[in-house]
Amino acid sequence: MDAPQTGEFAHIGKSVVIKGELSGSEDLYVDGKVEGKIELRNHSLTVGPNGNVAADVSAKSVVIQGKLDGSVIASDRVELKKSAVVNGDVTTQRIAIEEGAFLKGKVDIQKESGKAAVPASV
Amino acid sequence: MASVSDNVMKFFRSSSNAAGPATPQKLSRRSSGMGEISRLLNSQEGLCVLDMGATSANNIRFFTGKGHKNYSEDLLRSSLDPALRMQDSEGKTVLDSKKFLDENLVYPNAHFDVVLCWNLPDYMEESLVKPTVDRLWSVMKPGGVLLAFFHTRDAGPDSTCYRYHATGTEMLDMQEVKFAAPGRPASEKVSPRLQRVFNNRHIENLFRDFASIKFFLARDSIREVLVVR
Repeated sequence: MDAPQTGEFAHIGKSVVIKGELSGSEDLYVDGKVEGKIELRNHSLTVGPNGNVAADVSAKSVVIQGKLDGSVIASDRVELKKSAVVNGDVTTQRIAIEEGAFLKGKVDIQKESGKAAVPASV
Repeated sequence: MASVSDNVMKFFRSSSNAAGPATPQKLSRRSSGMGEISRLLNSQEGLCVLDMGATSANNIRFFTGKGHKNYSEDLLRSSLDPALRMQDSEGKTVLDSKKFLDENLVYPNAHFDVVLCWNLPDYMEESLVKPTVDRLWSVMKPGGVLLAFFHTRDAGPDSTCYRYHATGTEMLDMQEVKFAAPGRPASEKVSPRLQRVFNNRHIENLFRDFASIKFFLARDSIREVLVVR
């Protein structure tokens, strides 16, 4: 998956290093290095293939192609691409994991009230 | 002196297959042990399940779909971390089991109801096996169950290392394990090598702190072991 080409999103390039707390009200694409915390509430986070995130993440949806160390809380869905390396617990309603992705941690599927959860898919 | 890369390569079969199929072929096998585990998982909710094989979307889907909490930890891959290698007093390369357990299987005591060990003990460096089983005893709940597969003597050293995908029945889907060895090009995928064959006495000693142990001998040179903490 390439970086998003259209729409409103913030892009952290692969030469960028950020330490601290990141929050925002738009989608975020991280292909650089982030240490700290990422909070996007109703928006999505994509960790690109060069992305290296050492942070607890909270967002609506999270797509990971690179490396992430930290817990992930996604109110909607989490997607681990084949190159993803995730060390941390994942809490979400839906999760999709591609063949080859690496996950070390707990997966907790939180059921949305009134709906059955849709668990992992390939 | 052998390099770290050379030392690591003894854990892999020599027949690397970089040009192999992108998605390895899936096979299946009947597992009496998994049949018992499946009955447990199908009849209860909210169990804590530790899957010690390679990350499997199928397993996460099955366990979480049944309302269980799934923990994934690929210990075979973690055990190949070159940082674990150190020299003993005689200059031999050994694995630092203390460091290994400082970084892996770090959970509260009595946490897991089900542990799927799969074929890990047969493919893991021997010095890590007993400390790992001891740690598993600590993190399992009393009454918790562990499933492990051991090769019999009929299996050769080039026995294929499989990862296993639960189906909710006693059938398991199997897929050959291949990954990039540390210090080798990422494109060069290799298969883990069978390190040893445990006999029944060894297996009983390995799990001697557990409450009970049950053996199932399968036709495919695999001895399944279901252990209760």
